[in-house]
Amino acid sequence: MNNTILEIIRLKKTFGGVIAVNDLDLTVAKESITAVIGPNGAGKTTIFNLTAGFLAPTSGSLIFDNQDISGKKSYEIARLGISRTFQHVQIFPEMTVLENIMIGRHVRSRAGLFVSSLLPYFLRKEESKIQEDAEKYLEFVGLQPVSGKHAGELSLGNQRMVEIARALASEPKLLLLDEPASGLNARETLLLGDLINKIKDTRITVMLVEHDMELVMDISDHVAVINFGQLIATGTPSSVQENQDVISAYLGE
Amino acid sequence: MGTKDYLGIIWFSIILVVTPFIIGNDYYIGILVFAAFNCLSCIGLSLLMGYAGQISLGHAAFLGIGAYSSALLTVKMGWSPWLAIVLGIILAVIMALVIGIPSLRLKGHYLAMATLGFGSIIHIVTVAAVDFTGGPAGISQIPTLNIFGFPINSDVKYYAFIWIIVVIGLFFALNIIHSRSGRALRAIHGSEDAAGSSGIHTSRYKIRIFVISAIYSSIAGSFYAHYVNYIDPGPFGIMHSVLLVTMVAVGGMHKVWGAVIGSILLSVLPEILSTISEVVEGYGIEYKPDYDTLIYGSILLAIMLFLPGGIFQGVGDGFKRLKKLFTRKTSSAV
Amino acid sequence: MNHSNQFSDLLQFVFMGIQRGSIYALVAMGFNIIYNATGVINFAQGEFVVLGGLIMVSMTTMLHVPIVVAFFLSTLVVMIAGVIMERFTINPVKEPGILRLIIITIAVSILLKGIAMCIWGKDSYHMDHFSGDTPFEIFGATILPQTLWIIGILVIIVFFFILFFNHTMIGKSMRACAINRDAARLVGINDRLAVMYSFAISAGIGAIAGIIITPIIQMDYGRGALLGLKGFGAAVVGGLGNSIGAVVAGIILGVIEALGAGYISSHYMDAIALLILLIVLFLRPSGIMGSSEASRLKDF
Repeated sequence: MNNTILEIIRLKKTFGGVIAVNDLDLTVAKESITAVIGPNGAGKTTIFNLTAGFLAPTSGSLIFDNQDISGKKSYEIARLGISRTFQHVQIFPEMTVLENIMIGRHVRSRAGLFVSSLLPYFLRKEESKIQEDAEKYLEFVGLQPVSGKHAGELSLGNQRMVEIARALASEPKLLLLDEPASGLNARETLLLGDLINKIKDTRITVMLVEHDMELVMDISDHVAVINFGQLIATGTPSSVQENQDVISAYLGE
Repeated sequence: MGTKDYLGIIWFSIILVVTPFIIGNDYYIGILVFAAFNCLSCIGLSLLMGYAGQISLGHAAFLGIGAYSSALLTVKMGWSPWLAIVLGIILAVIMALVIGIPSLRLKGHYLAMATLGFGSIIHIVTVAAVDFTGGPAGISQIPTLNIFGFPINSDVKYYAFIWIIVVIGLFFALNIIHSRSGRALRAIHGSEDAAGSSGIHTSRYKIRIFVISAIYSSIAGSFYAHYVNYIDPGPFGIMHSVLLVTMVAVGGMHKVWGAVIGSILLSVLPEILSTISEVVEGYGIEYKPDYDTLIYGSILLAIMLFLPGGIFQGVGDGFKRLKKLFTRKTSSAV
Repeated sequence: MNHSNQFSDLLQFVFMGIQRGSIYALVAMGFNIIYNATGVINFAQGEFVVLGGLIMVSMTTMLHVPIVVAFFLSTLVVMIAGVIMERFTINPVKEPGILRLIIITIAVSILLKGIAMCIWGKDSYHMDHFSGDTPFEIFGATILPQTLWIIGILVIIVFFFILFFNHTMIGKSMRACAINRDAARLVGINDRLAVMYSFAISAGIGAIAGIIITPIIQMDYGRGALLGLKGFGAAVVGGLGNSIGAVVAGIILGVIEALGAGYISSHYMDAIALLILLIVLFLRPSGIMGSSEASRLKDF
């Protein structure tokens, strides 16, 4: 049995002359919580953007679930089972919270444009199924009270929850969280930690980029430390904390 | 969520049925028939503008494709009008794909310029290809439509017929909006990145909606040709494309109803203005059709600056504010 | 004999192409200046050209202002129109979405067209050539003195353009805004002011294009859309935002158009430039001179 869900092999990405990711090797174990940490500008978000298909690698490959996904488009990767959230929350502000999450069901439903045009929504079975399913994820993150509100009206913390619920609604195998705790207060961060553990319990692999070390050390099974686009250490939270390279990278020596 | 829209169709239909009895004048009914052609185009265009966030400045060309297909095939080749309409649609779809696929693959508003160029080319061709399109002289003696042997040969009959078509078009458009695809389109408009990461093939949706909007215009063009029985390149130029965009933006880009209201309002506006100018004649104020451009421009600018959601949303907000004011007053009275 | 005839025909078309192409180049530069400052394509660019031409006609034929004075006055009037447009329609918009700004520039273009029609009517206006219309003969082809004026003015404008953007404080700060607005703001550049300047300069260049072409094509209120569109074609072919590219592309476009009109059909002359615009837009949206990596970053 293969216990790896994502394998990054000699991944490289350059922007003009700047090397953002430099021959990176990294594996993510199935049903784990893996944190990617590193100083600012280390290339963490670039790794996410490459994995989620927002950027195409310069060289190297990404193997997800025994399939090469390098260079695939974001919508293709989403269909294969990788969902993501964004460092700067990307929700659909003009749509209701429930509708936002219903978008997450897009890949798990089929109705096409031409068929839809013939029947009003209340006569379509699939549409009510989508709504039902979305409500489950709404409940999962605890947003039922604001279900009908426009997502743009919510607090940042709740907007993040909408984003996570939307990502979960597509039933991903791998969930990428890009700095989920940024902008959250202490209480919200604590709740976020609980939620991430709860997501892991549903057998979804979670990979996150995060600056909040307390959160990272608290919930992660594995920590990968990146600097200058390269992996400098990997292991359990406690082993990484004691690693000399990591300490010097953070202290900037 | 969308039940209001479907109730809206019922109210709208009632208004449409009652209107001819109130105005009861063939001339004004004729104007409302013209309004219907614009309305049909604008419903399609509002799907593109409001739900895919793209502008087309060449929709009059799709009207032209519909109109010229119908005219040429029925007059010169003796085809059945209905078959000609279908061929017009097919041509419009092909053209929309040719323009849409390359320009909608790119982020940004390349479509606006591509359609502007395309629209100009089509217009130039209709003027220059004299042997084929009749050039500036146009094509005449386009047959009247028949449905199961009943000719639609009066203004009132055409009014009924074309507005039924518009309501059907509106029904389709609303179904699309309140569906998985409509949601996907609104998502693309909200955040293209988030839509992509939710598995939505953004460029494909944009292309499809552009094709659908082209179909709406092509149908409107075909029916226009059968109504006026004579076409020339005049109404299919850039200015009409810009006017269609104006109608959608003035009514309200983000709701199909905005397009309906905007198109009807701006279609009858020149008539209203010339009627007013007849009334105030003798005071030195005279309205000329030459002022149309100026007035359309001013209205569009004013709406975009002060009421970017359009008249439809503006009126809605106004009502809400009134309601709030009213409820507050009554509660304080109690 | 026959060969030399063919050659002089070809030369004649090339002259005509350069003449028209220079105008497209100027219009394209106008597009680029505003695009670089705001990220928006100004659909009213063609109207600046029309206004420049028509105001010049009125000043010289009705008010009998000397040509040189009228040239600068007309340009100034249109520049003021550009500034008014920016101050009243672009600057006040809070949370400007690109779509909304584009529609605003469309609205302004309709408005300007309507105003032009109310003032000048639907007639075409004739204007005297700057220095007579006796053509020179070169290798059997003729060239109008006005064509030399057009080329000369284009060269002067490009010269001033380079001087302005590389050696003046305002020009440099406008370039900084175009490259990274946030960073420019951080070092104390007023980016809103840069937008206003861009409209002024863009309107001025548009006006000059209108003034110098009017003696040849005769100006009327409705010419803005097509002139603007072809100028946009030059801007795209040269790589959006790249003004030197725009000048080269404008002239290439003009020459191809003139050759097409001469050898294929003059009825389809206007369609030829637009077809090139579409083909370049589809095959190489970064323009023939831009890099494709850079274009991906450019939305409008």
